[in-house]
Amino acid sequence: MGIMKPMHVSIAAEKLFNIGPLPVTNSLLVTWIAILLFVILIISIRIKRNIIPVGIQNVVEYVLEFFYRMVCEVFESEEKSRRFFPLVMTIFLFVLLVNWLGLLPGVGSIGFYRGEGEHLEFIPLFRGASADLNTTIALALISVFLTQIFSIQHLGFKGFIGRFIKLKSPLLFFVGILELISEVAKIISFSFRLFGNIFAGEVLLLVIIFLIPFVVPIPFIALEIFVGLIQALIFSLLTLFFIKIATTEEEH
Amino acid sequence: MDKEALRLIAVGIAIGLGALGPGIGIGIIGGKAAEAMSRNPEASGKIQTITILAIAFAEAVAIYALVISLILKFL
Repeated sequence: MGIMKPMHVSIAAEKLFNIGPLPVTNSLLVTWIAILLFVILIISIRIKRNIIPVGIQNVVEYVLEFFYRMVCEVFESEEKSRRFFPLVMTIFLFVLLVNWLGLLPGVGSIGFYRGEGEHLEFIPLFRGASADLNTTIALALISVFLTQIFSIQHLGFKGFIGRFIKLKSPLLFFVGILELISEVAKIISFSFRLFGNIFAGEVLLLVIIFLIPFVVPIPFIALEIFVGLIQALIFSLLTLFFIKIATTEEEH
Repeated sequence: MDKEALRLIAVGIAIGLGALGPGIGIGIIGGKAAEAMSRNPEASGKIQTITILAIAFAEAVAIYALVISLILKFL
């Protein structure tokens, strides 16, 4: 065995293997596992469906209804809520599951060694998917682009352009340019907020467990569970609010 | 001074100064929220939503600083 480094921290997700020309990283593996878990959950509910929900079906329905009521409050119209609810709910559920999967024991610690001597490095098999900048940038791009598409659908093409290019006065023109810049800033802000929170949480847990492995990590893990929930909520709520802003007609 | 020493100093300064603004900001938001809720307990739900949202925005700025310091340390 070569030189074992005490802590393994890497900002980039490590590549496990290649499928054809495409690399598969450990965070991609966790994303697939999350998708598989959701599919299994939904299939198991659909098979034995009760009119009066019990057990797991009850929990799932409660969570979905809670969110649906919140979405309905934000948009007053039923039709808009039905349209935008799937995106918001999916983002919330996916980010929540993937954040919490990164906290399970074994994620980040089970792995193998690759390389020889000087270049010996530890490759973990699993890594929380939201601790990978690729995943968060992808989610941010999906969210912002879909917001623009919804905006075009609801305001028409002229209305959409009218959000950014306002020719009524120089001040409004400046505001339009700022709106454009702010859309790009949203992509960066979404992705870095989620990445920074979850990755920093992982590093924090790593350092604490490295220093004092017994009892002391417990409040930190509780904090990370809470942060995972809040970040998922923030991502989906912000998507919701930005869709609301993008699809409201201008008042005069 | 050699490069590694400067790098470590930069890591500390980046997150130290970067957490100053958001810390104060979140405190102000929380204080105003408590004040608003005490004046009008019925609007608590709406105030709560806005508070959580504003705190997330403020915290995001601190996270940007943290990401810079992490990149400096580990890349």
